[in-house]
Amino acid sequence: MTTNHTPHNDSLLRFMTCGSVDDGKSTLIGRLLFDSKTILADTLTQMSRTSEKRGLSAVDLSLLTDGLQAEREQGITIDVAYRYFSTGTRKYIIADAPGHEQYTRNMVTAASTANLAIILIDARRGVLTQTRRHSYLAHLVGIQHIVVAVNKMDLVNYDQASYDKICADYLAFAKEIGLAQARDIRFIPISALAGDMLVDRLGNMNWYQGATLLEILEKAPAAHTENQEVFRFPVQFVCRPHASADAELHDYRGFMGRIESGEIAVGDAVTVLPNGYQSKVKAIQLGEANLNSAKTEQSVTLLLEDEIDTSRGDMIVKTSEAKEPVKQIDAFVCWLSETPLSTARSYIIRHTTRESKAKVSAIQYKVDVNTLEQQASSDLKMNDIARISFKLAQALMVDSYSVNHATGAFIVIDESTNNTVGAGMIV
Amino acid sequence: MTTHTSKQQALSHLDWLESEAIYILREVAGQCSNPVLLFSGGKDSLCILRLAEKAFRPGRFPFPLMHIDTGHNYKEVIDFRDQRAAELGERLIVRSVEDSMQRGTVVLKSADESRNKHQSVTLLEAIEEFGFDCCIGGARRDEEKARAKERIMSFRDEFGQWDPKNQRPELWNLYNARSHKGENIRAFPISNWTEMDVWQYIEREKLALPSIYFAHQRDVVMRGGSIVPVNVPLVNGDIANPAKAGEDIINMQVRFRTVGDISCTAPVLSDADSIEKIVLETATSTITERGATRLDDQTSDASMEQRKKEGYF
Ligand SMILES: Nc1nc2c(ncn2[C@@H]2O[C@H](COP(=O)(O)OP(=O)(O)O)[C@@H](O)[C@H]2O)c(=O)[nH]1
Repeated sequence: MTTNHTPHNDSLLRFMTCGSVDDGKSTLIGRLLFDSKTILADTLTQMSRTSEKRGLSAVDLSLLTDGLQAEREQGITIDVAYRYFSTGTRKYIIADAPGHEQYTRNMVTAASTANLAIILIDARRGVLTQTRRHSYLAHLVGIQHIVVAVNKMDLVNYDQASYDKICADYLAFAKEIGLAQARDIRFIPISALAGDMLVDRLGNMNWYQGATLLEILEKAPAAHTENQEVFRFPVQFVCRPHASADAELHDYRGFMGRIESGEIAVGDAVTVLPNGYQSKVKAIQLGEANLNSAKTEQSVTLLLEDEIDTSRGDMIVKTSEAKEPVKQIDAFVCWLSETPLSTARSYIIRHTTRESKAKVSAIQYKVDVNTLEQQASSDLKMNDIARISFKLAQALMVDSYSVNHATGAFIVIDESTNNTVGAGMIV
Repeated sequence: MTTHTSKQQALSHLDWLESEAIYILREVAGQCSNPVLLFSGGKDSLCILRLAEKAFRPGRFPFPLMHIDTGHNYKEVIDFRDQRAAELGERLIVRSVEDSMQRGTVVLKSADESRNKHQSVTLLEAIEEFGFDCCIGGARRDEEKARAKERIMSFRDEFGQWDPKNQRPELWNLYNARSHKGENIRAFPISNWTEMDVWQYIEREKLALPSIYFAHQRDVVMRGGSIVPVNVPLVNGDIANPAKAGEDIINMQVRFRTVGDISCTAPVLSDADSIEKIVLETATSTITERGATRLDDQTSDASMEQRKKEGYF
């Protein structure tokens, strides 16, 4: 077997696949892995053995992606799985979320780290309720790039008219929910089973002149490369070596964290929130290297000119971009736990590296993810999505999720079990 | 110290993976009160040590290192482990499966049974002894099917058990490493790395590795289609894996892709004697890492899942 890997992947793209059961998600992923030659020989042998055991004649590519024994016994997938492949120019992380109706929470989980979503539609069935649900969720969680892949084109004789109609239907609906205006949407006809238009063009759809799926993936912008962003640096850990003998380290106080958005340079004026102390950046360190500047997604250590009392949970921002911390937030929340939300209890909200106790002050409305209607509601159960107002014990410096995912997102934790029970996106 | 400027571009995939791993290590340090870093001397844990340096220097690591020694490890790896810990000036705890055997908490079915799966018992005993609330490990999701759904912060109950149905959803980079007393988090900073990423990182950071990762001459026999190293000298002077009567001992040029308990780690034929050559060989390899080298995983598709449920790392 040959391979097209070279040891140089310039960038990384995280994407997810969504589709209803049997739309061909597993086949599509299997195909991408297979065609990029990452399915190695022994995995194939294992697969063909399992296919034989189940009485299948050909190797079933979807077996590549079905995971746990518990799931195999029930014949369903119950959780988000992560897969990897690389093309030599790019490394990909795929979040594979099962499509069952009851798995809104899995889809939201997978979407939270994706910059692109492939939405699968069965060419014979067209835009379904599930397609709407997946699209709404991708929109809600703010995935920038949507690829609508009309699959099983072989079963409609690679007919262009069927494809065109599905695209038109989808676009009409996408306009209705504001998706078309806010995001980059592309359409592509494919046959995941035959491997047509994924990596190769097999000549069945010469009427389609657009990019193949892999070409779309290779060219999709990586996260944080498209817009100007404000600088946000949540402090994760404070480094104080207390090396009293070492003159250079004696007063060392490094604020460690990952730049969640924007850029910072030595000399920039910064403010530490929530206290509002001001200083200037004295140095930026990454390992043994001193940097003049650093940017989004880099984990660095910041040293400031002044001795400022700062600890985990504080946020360093540029003074010109500072915002007043708040004790009241409105957010769309997806409930993740089998135990429904209780408005009587208090929860912990984790926002960046900070935690605060929180209480629900109002459930404004629930969103029906199938019809997208708003409904008055007093409860919130697993897989529900609602707009909720919270009162916070501690002030948080937040941005709107639509502007900044890292400072607009939070999770809700149930203190009695320590479980993550909700996912919030600040309005 | 060097100085370089960064461009306004996406990070390279290695920079991104490195940054994510540093972030995860710092989250463990920020959220957990008594974490420990599991360190075997193997390539994955050597990457994590390098990442920990980048995450916490000039300070000390906010956790000790710990190795669960089966007593059947390659001497080269054990020596390397001790040397590396000493160079870093960090505390190394070693707990051994043989001590558990003496306590009677580990009972081997036969003398040559793989001790790999028994590491779970010794690990749990050590967790209890020191009161660790989080163990940082080098597992990767691409290693095996059962790991594809593993969380970055994976929750284990009081018996060290992993319940796939009772894991916390992980959204954005908001990791939840909270635990109650007795419970435990396993944190996997290089979850999103592939074997190739690990080798590329080793190459880029010029990390030193135990010699057995490179091509060398070794006495082996063929058993059931696998290359099995025989007559391996141990740290305590014993010999592990003696050849069985009637077996043909062959001297072959091999290297290891993973190192672990001698009874369950097989080498591959190779003449790659540098990291560069290993990266090339990895790129053209036709067999996955575990499939090639972990004799204990080949029994069944679900064997890893089973062992994880029982508290295996
Ligand atoms: N004819 C045809 N069948 C397909 C195609 N893609 C998937 N399938 C079949 O549809 C069934 C469901 O596919 P699978 O990948 O398991 O769907 P999932 O539930 O979305 O993961 C399987 O029997 C596949 O072989 C396609 O492009 N053409």
